[in-house]
This record gives sequence, C-alpha cells and structure tokens, in this order.
Amino acid sequence: MKGPLSGIAMIVRRSLRRHLLSTTVTVLAIGLATGLVMAVFAVSDQTEGAFTGGDLGFDAVVGARGSQLQLVLNSVFHLDTSPGNVPWALYEQLQSDPRVGLAIPYAVGDNYLGHRIVGTTPELFTAFSYRDGKTLAPGPGGRVFEPDLREAVIGSAVPQRTGLTLGATFQPTHGVVATGRERDEHEEDYLVVAVLEPTNSPADKVIWIPIDGMFHMSGHVLRGDGEEFHADEHEGEEIPDAVKQVSAIMLKLRGPQAGMALNQQYNLGGSDYTVAWPVAASLAQLFDKLGWVVSVLRLVAYLVVVVAAGTILASLYNTMNERRREFAILRALGARRRTVMVAIVLEAMAITALGCLAGLLVYGAIMAVAAHLVREQTGVVLDVFAWHPALAATPVGMLLLGGLAGLLPAAKAYATDVAAGLLPTS
Amino acid sequence: MDPSSSRPGSPDSGAPDRPRGRPCVELDAIRKHYQLGDETVRALDGVDLLIEYGEHVAIIGPSGSGKSTMLQILGCLDTPTSGVYRLDGLDVGKQSESQLAEVRNSKIGFVFQQFHLLPRASAVRNVELPLVYAGLPARDRRERAEAALERVGLADRMGHRPDQLSGGQRQRVAIARALVTDPAMLLADEPTGNLDTKTGAEILDLFDELRGPDRALVMVTHDEVLAQRTQRVIALRDGKLEFDGSPVSHYAKVPQ
Repeated sequence: MKGPLSGIAMIVRRSLRRHLLSTTVTVLAIGLATGLVMAVFAVSDQTEGAFTGGDLGFDAVVGARGSQLQLVLNSVFHLDTSPGNVPWALYEQLQSDPRVGLAIPYAVGDNYLGHRIVGTTPELFTAFSYRDGKTLAPGPGGRVFEPDLREAVIGSAVPQRTGLTLGATFQPTHGVVATGRERDEHEEDYLVVAVLEPTNSPADKVIWIPIDGMFHMSGHVLRGDGEEFHADEHEGEEIPDAVKQVSAIMLKLRGPQAGMALNQQYNLGGSDYTVAWPVAASLAQLFDKLGWVVSVLRLVAYLVVVVAAGTILASLYNTMNERRREFAILRALGARRRTVMVAIVLEAMAITALGCLAGLLVYGAIMAVAAHLVREQTGVVLDVFAWHPALAATPVGMLLLGGLAGLLPAAKAYATDVAAGLLPTS
Repeated sequence: MDPSSSRPGSPDSGAPDRPRGRPCVELDAIRKHYQLGDETVRALDGVDLLIEYGEHVAIIGPSGSGKSTMLQILGCLDTPTSGVYRLDGLDVGKQSESQLAEVRNSKIGFVFQQFHLLPRASAVRNVELPLVYAGLPARDRRERAEAALERVGLADRMGHRPDQLSGGQRQRVAIARALVTDPAMLLADEPTGNLDTKTGAEILDLFDELRGPDRALVMVTHDEVLAQRTQRVIALRDGKLEFDGSPVSHYAKVPQ
C-alpha cells in the first residue's frame, strides 16, 4: 500500500483495536438499525406480495352480502369468520354458468384443535390447481375422501400441531377457533385418509371433509329454505338441496370479462350476494388500509438509524481528545491534516461496514422469526433469502450516513494543533 | 548503515549534498505576533539566524523568551507572521499545509522531551512511522527501521512496546525515528528533560555519535549542562536574539 493509504489504514486499524468496546457497541447498534430497516421493508413488501401476488388459486369468491375482504380472508386464507351463508342453488347455478370454469363450494364453521374444518367436494383435489398446474395432492398412501363417508384429508401443517396422521380419527369441534369446551364437540368420528403434500399456502393448515358431512354434522342447522333443518335428525337420508347452505363458492373464471360481468351482476346489481373479484384486489385494499402501520414501522426503523448514526458520532468524538496526542505525533512525522481527517471518516465508515455485516445477521434473524409467525398465523410462506432492493440500498445509505457522522470528529481531528499536542506548555 | 553515506528513506534522495559549512537553516527577520485581546504579543520579533550543516546548536532562554515559538517555527509546526525561513534550501513560507507536512517528514527529525511514541506500537513500528508518510513500501520501511534501531543500540528491543522500555530506551527509539528519514535537521526539545543525569548523558553521547556532518542538530533547552555540550548557544529574550556564540563565552558572561 502506498504512503497516504497505508497511513490512513494504520490510523483506522489502531483505533478500532484500541477502542474495542465502544467499537463493538457501535457495530451492534448499526447492525440492529441496518437489520431493522432491511427487515421492515422486506417483511412488509414480501407479506403484501405473498398475499396479493395474484396467484391465489381462485379468481373469485361468491358469498353472502357483505365485505369482500372478509369473504376472501375467510375462504382463501382461512382467517376471520364467514360473512354468512348462501343457498346451494346458487352453487348449482354458478356451476352451470358458462362464464365459470370451475365452482367449488366451501362450508365452514368447525375446527379441530384450532385447525379449520372445511366441507367441500372432491373436485377441490381433482379439478383445482392452486399454482402453476399443481393440485392439492394426497401424500404417500393417501387418497381423496369419499363424498358420502366420514373421511378427512388434512393439510401438511396439520399433523405437527394436532398429532393427526394417516388412519387417525378425530371429532370436529364447533366454531372456527378452538374453544376447548367439551360441549362444542361433535359426536362424529372422522378418519384421516390423506395428508396433503405441502403447498406453502394457507391450505396447509386446513382439514378438508366432504361437504355432505358438514351438512349432517350433529348440531348443525341448515336454513336454506327459511325453516330450520336439523340434518342429524335425518340420518341416512338425502338432504333436500333446498335446505343446503354453503359459506362460499370458490370460482375459476373463463377470463376477466367473466369477472367484470359477475361483479356487475352481484355487487352492483343489488343482489343478496357478494362476489370478491379479483381476489387479490380485496387484499390490496387491506394492505392499503394497513399502510400506516408500515409507515410507523419505517419511521421507527429510521429513528433507530439516526440513533445508530449518533452512536458512531459520539463514540468517535469521545476518542478525539485522547487521540489528540496521537494525531499530533503523526502530523509532526509527516501526516497531512487531510490524511488524519480522511482516516476518521473512513474509520466511521469501517465501523459502519462492520455494522452492516452484523445487520445482515439481524435481518436474517428478524426474517426467520417473521416468516415463522406469518406461516403459523396464515400459512403464507415468506422467503427469508429472497432478494430485496433494501438489502443493497440500506447498507449503502448507512455507509454514507456513517461517513457523515464521522465528519464532525474528523473536523475536530483536522483542527488538532500539533504543537499544543506535543510540546509542554511553557 | 552509516547515515552520512546514504539517505535511506528520504524522498529527496539525490538532492544536492549538504556540505558542512553551508546553511541548513536560514531565518531572515522572522516575526511571530499573536493577538491576545487588545494586546499584541511579539513572541518572535525580528530574528535573523543562520545554522549550518554539521552544527550543534542550543537555543536557550527563560520562559516567555520565544523559545517555544522558535521551536514551532523551526519545526514547521507553525508559520511566521513575517520574514523568510529557508530550510535545506527550501523557502518554507511558500509551502502549503500539505507541503509542510512533507517538509516535516523529509527534512526534520523531531525528538521530544516526552518521547511521543505511539503507546501500543512496537519500537520498530514506531520507527517505521515517518516512512509510512514518505510512501515507502512495507519491506523497505521495515529494513530501514531495523537498521535505525540497530544504530541506537536497540537491536534486541525491536518488538518491545514503549511501556516495556526504560526512559532512556524510549528516547533511543525516538532518536532512531528522527534519523530514519535522514533529515536535514534534528530538532530536539529538552531531549534529556525526562531522564536521569546518567541516562541523559548517554542520550547526548548518542546525539554526538549520530548527528553526522550533513545535518544540523538544534536543541531547545534550558538545561545548562546540555547547552554547554553544544558548539553554539543562541539565547533568546523577549522574542529577540540576545546572544549568539560559544557556550563558554555565554556562560562566562552570564554566571548562573
């Protein structure tokens, strides 16, 4: 290394070693700040991307009159409660609608140890593709349930928390969340006939049973024709279509024209039903509404950055007095003012660079925790290692800020009076 | 390596020779005035001085005589208010701050009363320092620093840090550091001030041994013993030259 460079490197290296504790604390502060900023950007963007990324399997959902968002959250993400029921006839009508490619009914309202139970038809596993032609496929040894038997197909994440495996039986519980109350338990035993292959989607957390089973479940009341119909009192009988109700009808449409037409027909036409179309748009609304949360998080992250930059400034500035003599010696031996000044700025940037490396670890940790939580809560999978522009922009910005924070101490070093630092006052 | 035969590490290798008897330091009507409130302090008030290569000079004077200011100006740590200062043929007053740093690096070797070594660096690292700013490659720096330490008798202490060395040894390291760039002038500020009499005498012997004929040795001091060992005493008072002559005549004239 040539003179000035190696002179600068020497000052920086000596100081970092000598002020190990304050350097470490500063590096940690910057690491936290950098990691936090990167994570806030990445988590919010990735979450939004995962929820609204468009590839949600179904194009539209039809349900009871109400909030599209609630309908989507309930039927696609298996969160929130159902906005209400719609008659079986609507399902049949949509099934034969030329604009609809595939219609699948969902009936919700039960759970097992917190995992939602959804009554549906076998077409969900045979005709429906959730992503790029992939179907909800039974894992090794599994098969799709028989529509008229008490059989269940469970999502890949279900065994982990419930202990259910292929061949196990369980009794559904009333309600969409676990209450732990015995009186909520249904009498029917369901046999697990398949564990689905993982899909990295909310479907992984769901227990699927035949929709007929849902209708027949003890204690369930059907009100499709306005009268109360207790299906369990009609064991072994065919339930009249007129009394059947479903929570939502999941649709694959034949092109966007169909979506617009359905929107016109149901949402704007004053019907008893709501169609959520496109599915992703309803969620985008949710994220729009939650925009302020992200803004607050970003603000907090920026404040942490400012504090970290302040830490650099303070820790370097504090060393300036004790280093006055060193700077004076170096200057007497031929170091230029500029060399000393540049060394301090570079020292600030070197500390920042170390902090950015630590920040990557912090980022990884936050992402891992966030991904775990999001997956636990929603079944949506975030990619911890996915690239995000913030991963480049934050360290670059941080380095500049670090350099900037080094300017004040550097100015102090620049102003060091060599003679005063070296000669006894006489 | 004999410092008089070559100029290791000096960026001005190949510069004109410095024959004994030619001026190394030329001060012409040097003034240094400070404004202190309403009062103008005349720290140096028109000093003319000529110091030749090979000369061994003591600058003495009571507190407030301008001695320290003189040291700062000679060492290019400060610039005069007016007057011309030529060092090794170079008009120092015309140099920029950066060029002055280069002048300090290549033409001046400092030795301080407090040694001023970098505390956590080994002896050899300390001696290498000026060569870092001279832009020498690492291997040359190390070679020259080791040679310089050998010359001051510290061949077996190269890896020691200042706190592992005695006062006398520290000053030897400082002298090695001052000589490693083969400067035109050795500028020492009370070089024995922090040493006991015996060690101080040894350090002065070392100066005598190493200063060589091609550089000036200027010591700023109020130590009579030290001043008496020089060839020439320059006494300052109130910023002016009060005496310039041999120590014998000075101390005969001013009985202490």
